[in-house]
Amino acid sequence: MSAYGPPPPAATPRGLDLAATQPTPLVRLVQVELRKAVDTLASFWLVAAIAILIVIVEGGLLLVVLIEGGESSAGDYAFFASYITAVVLPVLAIMLVTSEWTQRTAMVTFSLEPRRSRVLLAKYLTGIVLTLVAVVTAVVIGLVCAVICQVVQSDQTSFDLGGAFLGGFLITQVLAMSLGFAIACLLLNTPASIVVFVAYRVIPVSVFAVLAANFETFADIRPWIDFEFAQGPLYDLSVSGIEWGYLLTSGLLWLGVPLALGVIRILRAEVK
Amino acid sequence: MITVEHLSRRYGTFTAVDDVSFACRPGRVTGFLGPNGAGKTTTMRILVGLTAASTGTATIGGHRYADIPNPGRHVGVLLDAGAQHGGRTGREILTLGALSMGLPKSRVEEMLHLVSLTGDESTRRLRNYSLGMKQRLGIAHALLGDPEVLILDEPANGLDPAGIRWMRGLLKGYADRGGTVLLSSHLLNEVELIADEMILIGHGRIVAQGDKKSLLQSNQQTKSATTTVASLDDDRLAAALHQRGIAVTRGPDGITAQCESVDVGRVAAEHQIVLTDLRSVEGGLEDLFLELTSGTQREGSPYGAPGGPPPPPPPPGPPGQQTQPGRPGQYPGAPR
Repeated sequence: MSAYGPPPPAATPRGLDLAATQPTPLVRLVQVELRKAVDTLASFWLVAAIAILIVIVEGGLLLVVLIEGGESSAGDYAFFASYITAVVLPVLAIMLVTSEWTQRTAMVTFSLEPRRSRVLLAKYLTGIVLTLVAVVTAVVIGLVCAVICQVVQSDQTSFDLGGAFLGGFLITQVLAMSLGFAIACLLLNTPASIVVFVAYRVIPVSVFAVLAANFETFADIRPWIDFEFAQGPLYDLSVSGIEWGYLLTSGLLWLGVPLALGVIRILRAEVK
Repeated sequence: MITVEHLSRRYGTFTAVDDVSFACRPGRVTGFLGPNGAGKTTTMRILVGLTAASTGTATIGGHRYADIPNPGRHVGVLLDAGAQHGGRTGREILTLGALSMGLPKSRVEEMLHLVSLTGDESTRRLRNYSLGMKQRLGIAHALLGDPEVLILDEPANGLDPAGIRWMRGLLKGYADRGGTVLLSSHLLNEVELIADEMILIGHGRIVAQGDKKSLLQSNQQTKSATTTVASLDDDRLAAALHQRGIAVTRGPDGITAQCESVDVGRVAAEHQIVLTDLRSVEGGLEDLFLELTSGTQREGSPYGAPGGPPPPPPPPGPPGQQTQPGRPGQYPGAPR
């Protein structure tokens, strides 16, 4: 048992000499958060489950297409893969934030970087990086499936990925991830955040639909406050004119407000 | 190196930390001693910026913790060894720390070796660690960045006697090379073994501070001399002492007399009683600790109930005032 570690630096007579120490760069914080996002058993199985699901769905799809000899494009396969990852991305974003509290690692994280806003920024950037990874993965899967089809039935296969769709998917996924992030900051609890996230995407839409059907005046207001509705034109990147206004107001209401409150909560929270 | 001035933290009407001031010097291990709920952890959390102070300041080397760039390189912190993700391996936890501080991976191996975690143990997940292993890992994490200051909350908690001895060697060596150490404990024996200086805290207030010797001396002044003695004829000796006007207490193993040992020896010589044991009682640190914090103890439990709710606010009184000692049951001598 060695009882002595490397010696601490020669003690300055008074105080700490901070001149030689650089603040932790943001890139390094993002690296740490990326690693934390995938290095636990929970996150490993989450990613593994998605991988297995994608293999099953894409495999089944391929079989059906090949047996029936139907037409297919790389974009079709990419769509299904991205559809599956879309379920997980907000959950990963939620866990990025909440696991610090449920596992109490926030104490360590904020001890190593006391500027909490930088930690939060790093976590958000990590969510965006994970979203990009998901989209790229979907594209790769789409191309691989298309290659397999090409070999078997070249005349019925196209390599069209549907660029507008992928672009729209990326943007809406970033928004969904942001929403999960905001709710997580507000609640700081994994199961509650996931439940609220799902409810958040389902309940307002149906309530607004019912209201709009029954009250004509509400039908005029609805686009301004219905975030899901406003995101509609984003999916194929066809947003124009007033639709930008819809996106802005409803986004502020449903995403901006909870995000601001959540960030304030974390910046002020007593970390235990 | 660590300077705390008039620090207070209130939660509503409850005052967890009440006008606490102290300093920790380089080259010394400072022990922060007090019963559960006394305010040790809150004070340490304020030092590291995890809890905001209501009033007062806490600085490390003249800087607020939040103003120290890459603070892991200057201040090693262990506030709760269990506050790590249970699904990560010990090695992964240290790797994340090293990555965050911008240290080479080799540092992880060095620290694992330093705290004697084997390769097999380091690849186990934290939830399968014993408390002692978590503490070792936590200390490794605190030392990762080769800091000049260490802040450790209950680091010896869960360590076996050999582990406590190992930590004493580690921290003594660290302090001897110029490091500053602040560690807390609710167990006197641990602090007595490890610390050079002590800060005694009860109910959020500092009740005494200084090195072991000066604490004991100040305690001696408030008490009369006490001697324990055993002889071949305790009955006769007790009676003889009583005749001299010396207060005597009979115990199962001998007599406790409220006088200097020389007086007991003299009485025994005059009466030709053979002594088998003669010792002057030094009023150990434990007595002092219990005396100083007796006003803040929970009834019936000298160290407070672990995990219990915070104690009610203390009765008002000037800080540093020593409370009336609660002596264990004495029974009068039996002079015939």
